[in-house]
Amino acid sequence: MSAEATPAEPLLSARDLVQEFVVRERGGGRSGVVQAVSGVSFDVMAGETLGIVGETGSGKSTLARAVLQAPRPKAGTVVFRGTDLTRLRGGQLLQARRHMQFVFQDPFGSLDPKWRVRSIVEEPLTAYRSGNRDARRKRVDELLDLVGLDPARYARRHPRELSGGQAQRVAIARALALSPSLIICDEAVSSLDVLIQAQVLNLFEQLRRELNLSYLFIAHDLALVKQVSDRVAVMYLGKLCEVGPGELVYKTPLHPYTKALLDSIPSTEPGAARATATLRGEPPSPVNPPSGCRFRTRCPRAADQCAAEVPQPRELAPGHLVACHFPLTGGAPPGAAAAAQHAASALPGTAKAQG
Amino acid sequence: MNGTQAAGALLQVEDLRVAFAADGREIRAVDGLSYQVDAGRTLAIIGESGSGKTVGCRALMGLLPASAEVSGSARLRGTEMIGLSDSELRRHRGQDMAMIFQDPARSLNPTMRVGVQITEAIRAHRKVARSEAHVQAVELLRLVRIPAPERRFHEYPHQLSGGMRQRIMIAMALACRPKLLIADEATTALDVTTQAQIMELLLDLQAELGMALILISHDLGLAASYADEVIVMYAGKIVEQAPATRLFGAGGTVKMRYTRALLDAIPHLERTAHTELPVVSGRPPDPTALPAGCSFAPRCPAAADDCAAKTPPLTEHAPGHRWACWHPCENGVPA
Repeated sequence: MSAEATPAEPLLSARDLVQEFVVRERGGGRSGVVQAVSGVSFDVMAGETLGIVGETGSGKSTLARAVLQAPRPKAGTVVFRGTDLTRLRGGQLLQARRHMQFVFQDPFGSLDPKWRVRSIVEEPLTAYRSGNRDARRKRVDELLDLVGLDPARYARRHPRELSGGQAQRVAIARALALSPSLIICDEAVSSLDVLIQAQVLNLFEQLRRELNLSYLFIAHDLALVKQVSDRVAVMYLGKLCEVGPGELVYKTPLHPYTKALLDSIPSTEPGAARATATLRGEPPSPVNPPSGCRFRTRCPRAADQCAAEVPQPRELAPGHLVACHFPLTGGAPPGAAAAAQHAASALPGTAKAQG
Repeated sequence: MNGTQAAGALLQVEDLRVAFAADGREIRAVDGLSYQVDAGRTLAIIGESGSGKTVGCRALMGLLPASAEVSGSARLRGTEMIGLSDSELRRHRGQDMAMIFQDPARSLNPTMRVGVQITEAIRAHRKVARSEAHVQAVELLRLVRIPAPERRFHEYPHQLSGGMRQRIMIAMALACRPKLLIADEATTALDVTTQAQIMELLLDLQAELGMALILISHDLGLAASYADEVIVMYAGKIVEQAPATRLFGAGGTVKMRYTRALLDAIPHLERTAHTELPVVSGRPPDPTALPAGCSFAPRCPAAADDCAAKTPPLTEHAPGHRWACWHPCENGVPA
């Protein structure tokens, strides 16, 4: 790795990504536009894992797909290994994308039930015309070994003859076939039982060390994301509210939303008080997001400024950015107590209004 | 059964067994389950997929396919539930016990307004006029803290979020004020903040209505945070049972190595990134070919010769703390 003094070029650099979907009413008329991803920027360095956490509907999966150009984002740039993917077409895009692979949540949904494990893992090699038949065969054996499946036992099986953990290993082997530099994991271990989940997480770590892989690791489980990530980004309603080194984000969260998420996790320490539901209500509809800060309708610290101005990301500590007018450390908001009270009284009303 | 039933136990399960036949082989999904739940208490049943945690509870609700062979005893307020006919069971479901499931979207009828579905649940169990049922349904929506209940009554499931739909399911389950509510992975599909809201709601309702609650989950964190008593199941059997305060936390004394493995495998916020998670190899045994002796022995780091030879019985070794292991952990950590 290069020295700290000259920061290396990031492997993946997304700038001001926007992804929109048209919402249609009954009959097919346009009734609105959802900005599922709204001006998101981030970098992933070589060998680094960036975790992205957020609730259902926060746009984290849409963001991952926008990076992959499937579908192409509405606006913004995605520079991967020095080329802007949003400008590439056809064969060029295909070639650029071979270095970027995806692992999905449901392994059985992403493996063709009629194919055998060998063909599934071999498919990317065939698709990119990599090597001859013998070379590909050897590569498949290597890959299965790498993910901890004995080729002699598993290569001829069908997905239905595998457990969930084994099927996910096959999906990982397929993702590794073309020696990618970046793997995008979208809830890749969320459907696995905890003991199997730990095995697969360890596998991801082992592959990162051995193959110097980078990951974009998307999950709703905060503890899981912390376990694998160097840096963590928190997403709410299509925007990043906080990005920073994992340890910092979890120890000293700057955004009230991050704090609320952390407070909601059930702990295995019964003495440490049960998880307190600090957030009231539910995320507002993305069709009609709140003005200013999108979190303000549920935020205990919201003040007038939050409705008027969209908070821009600010770097409050080295590498630790937050998009909040009144972050949790670094100065209390003017008249914090009054603002909190104001917010508390406003909350039930807003909850109803969002429906 | 002669009357060893402890006073105050709302639900008394004894030696419950459920078996299925598959290709001529027998699957012992639940293999001798015994426990009790008192009114107003919360019991968590924890285990991996296929451990029998759901099947055991479905057996007492009478929600298993006809091919299931159920034996043993489950008494709810003194009445035997196992072996009742469908119509007899229907009298108890809803009134005495109710169950909510993981996926509220699939439990609700997508073509019916949610209020009508609640009304239907009420009228299935009680002879009340439609108008009276309507009033009660709105009352139930209010009980589960759905904002603007009069308006929500007329909405369809797709117009509601996952958390709201689960609240509707809870409202339906509570229509006849059951004494026992079984929540089967009821918050697993929800986001953490919504999960916290639903759990808080369930505990509040429990206190309000004096219900007993059984939480079926794979999540030990949920059990530690919300349950009074915890049962850990593996391959159809209880392997450890204790009050939550005894198992978890700083002075936690986990005895069973399987429970320990489950606890260690959970990513914790306290853990440093990129550290290897302690894992046990392998996966749960094939239910049609359970190993002799302890079912966990093939994966257990402390397995010895006697583990494969004889099955360790589930014994109360300390007050309220039962475990089934020949070589338990010392002071909660593996010896």
